[in-house]
Amino acid sequence: MLLPVSRVVTRGSVRRGGSLFRSFASASTSDSVNYTLPNTSFKTYECDPPSLEIEVKKNDALEMYKNMVLIRRMETTADNLYKMKMIRGFCHLCTGQEAVGVGMEAAITREDAIITAYRCHGYTLLRGGTVHQILAELMGRSTGISKGKGGSMHMFAKNFYGGNGIVPVGAGIAFTQKYLGVNNATFIMYGDGAANQGQVFEAFNMAKLWELPAIFVCENNLYGMGTSAARSSANTQYYTRGQYIPGIQVNGMDVLAVKHSCAWAKEWTSSGKGPLVMEMVTYRYGGHSMSDPGTTYRTREEIQHMRSTNDPITGLRLRILEFGFATETDLKNYEKEARTIVDEAVAKAQKDPLPDESEIWTDIYFKGTEPDVIRGREREEIGVLH
Amino acid sequence: MQSLEGPSKIHVIVKYIYISTVYGNVRNASSHKKMTGSLFKNIFKIPALSISKQRGLSNVGVFAMQKRLFASSNDGQMTVREALNAALDEELTRDERVFLIGEEVAQYNGAYKVSKGLLDKFGPKRIIDTPITESGFTGLAIGAALSGLRPICEFMTFNFSMQAIDQVVNSAAKVHYMAGGLVPCPIVFRGPNGSAAGVAAQHSQDYAAWYGAIPGLKVVSPWDSEDAKGLLKSAIRDPNPVVVLENELQYGISFPMSEEAMSPDFLLPIGKAKIIREGKDATVVSYSRTINFCIEAAEKLQADEGISVEIINLRSIRPLDTNTIVNSVKKTNHLISVESGFPHFGVGSEICALAMETEAFDYLDAPVERVTSADVPTPYAQNIEYMSFPNAEVIVKVVKRSLYRKKK
Repeated sequence: MLLPVSRVVTRGSVRRGGSLFRSFASASTSDSVNYTLPNTSFKTYECDPPSLEIEVKKNDALEMYKNMVLIRRMETTADNLYKMKMIRGFCHLCTGQEAVGVGMEAAITREDAIITAYRCHGYTLLRGGTVHQILAELMGRSTGISKGKGGSMHMFAKNFYGGNGIVPVGAGIAFTQKYLGVNNATFIMYGDGAANQGQVFEAFNMAKLWELPAIFVCENNLYGMGTSAARSSANTQYYTRGQYIPGIQVNGMDVLAVKHSCAWAKEWTSSGKGPLVMEMVTYRYGGHSMSDPGTTYRTREEIQHMRSTNDPITGLRLRILEFGFATETDLKNYEKEARTIVDEAVAKAQKDPLPDESEIWTDIYFKGTEPDVIRGREREEIGVLH
Repeated sequence: MQSLEGPSKIHVIVKYIYISTVYGNVRNASSHKKMTGSLFKNIFKIPALSISKQRGLSNVGVFAMQKRLFASSNDGQMTVREALNAALDEELTRDERVFLIGEEVAQYNGAYKVSKGLLDKFGPKRIIDTPITESGFTGLAIGAALSGLRPICEFMTFNFSMQAIDQVVNSAAKVHYMAGGLVPCPIVFRGPNGSAAGVAAQHSQDYAAWYGAIPGLKVVSPWDSEDAKGLLKSAIRDPNPVVVLENELQYGISFPMSEEAMSPDFLLPIGKAKIIREGKDATVVSYSRTINFCIEAAEKLQADEGISVEIINLRSIRPLDTNTIVNSVKKTNHLISVESGFPHFGVGSEICALAMETEAFDYLDAPVERVTSADVPTPYAQNIEYMSFPNAEVIVKVVKRSLYRKKK
């Protein structure tokens, strides 16, 4: 899906095809580049596609690169920690899918909202969580983003509602935005697996009926757990499934396409056109969760092919070098930096304490409104709150 | 078949229990057929983080450190997973109308491998993968039951059955009554239920009280392999909707199987409990995974205090076997319930009510005691998760209190 750069405009000058690499040696100080996205980037339903002509800013590109690298490093480390038995239970990694969250976050503001499914570590980081808070949560430490109470699937931050997986809840966040009259949108993430649930269509209906600033984003990684899209969905063109809601399919392995389409989508809802359905076509390199090796229902060749030809980090890396935004050495340094951040976070989290035992009783109800006592496993085991 | 009452048998079981408790998610070890062997070995090479030790139960922790592979089916042993698989296999063979429907049941061989091999044997007409649409496929399965088929509807876990609870409660449970007996609904809803390891609030909870509250449903909850096979087969043959609450952490545990239980005609009656350990001092009533802890507690009470505990494995949540409980209380005069469900309005609450409303009341020498999960959403962190569910230590404490024994 990642195509060679077809046409690039730098400082007003057009450079074509084969001469790109050489040309960009002299463009290394450029702060932005005009670029044409591959024409396979988008497909639309009942709406005109966004322009393929985009401006890529150096800072944005480097920021996105750093974020993707950091997320991948964090997820790879989580994988290792899981295998070392330092993370328990369900753990869904987003390795391979980094471009979706990173491109989206780059296109919106922290005042816009995101809600996602259980594959939530990357989004948590992008929404303001730290690597340490996330890994500490995975390791069940008191310093975790949910104080160690939620684990892998239940992470939250400002304007980030988890770690959830129930689409209509996202429509409710958009409802609030409309109710309060704020000019923000809610990106409601769900997988191709969840896309067939009745509640998705119930949410579609209300969002359209009430013209909510809801952007339903089907993160289509081609497999809902171990079931391929074709085996679960009568229509696998998820962007068309809003029927009365316009839709767009995006190459979710290309972070520039994701960013551009999300900015376009936000503009769409902001200008009062109502909800949208987006389909981000992406791919997870690992299994559905840690208990799934991910190789019984797809071939190793397929995974390898996606890694070698569609990797979102490699794709952006090539562009950054072509645009002259950074050198190989710069990019290597970012990777080293990511490794350091993650290693330090792990070292810190390992030393962090488990939650205090009194924490079992807190946060069940809003502070100050709890019952005086909460029963434990037998009548003498009680948590006294007041 | 040896009886389960002997201490040696119980010790063997306890070893398995602790392995599965400590390593938690048994399906990690078995979700991929090619890797099963090596993963199992890897898992058991790693020293256990013994929570029991942290909690000061070092004698129990010893069991956790034992490296023991799960037995496969031979010498009258079967894992709970194998027993469920055998029940499905036999009933699919016996009755053409029976089919299995749910997420990942066919090509993936089941998320927890309970349906392993069934697609190969019975084909896609009868072993059916669904989209992730509980409300939809549960409703569809109920429709099939109303119109003459015998569906087995698998929930990947009962947590996901919440997406379809209206279908189970309002479509399946009540239809026979509403139709004045004209429309039966012979369907089984089955899958793992109850406490699991490290999966936090939405994926580790016990629905026995939820489904046990509904007239029109039958609800069973197996503990060992015989329970699993006999109860599931009875559920499939029952002309009513039956909810079968299994437990993920039991799937990999091996239990003895009698010759009778190995037979394709083996059925266990729904509504009958089983006394799995006879005793004279106190009656402990439990079901599913918490039975493990009851056995361990009974052993300890016997060894340390000379207290003789009778353990009743309920097997059936609805109907509840009142007679077995009452008769046991007449003998022991002390009653303790143990479950992994929430305390409020739970199975234990019902057992307390039963004691109030029957002649058991006249025989009680102490108030009925309940051991339950803590009244909190299941936390993720291991230390406070451990505080959320019953274990032998708590059961020992409560049994002693019921018998007015001094605390240590």
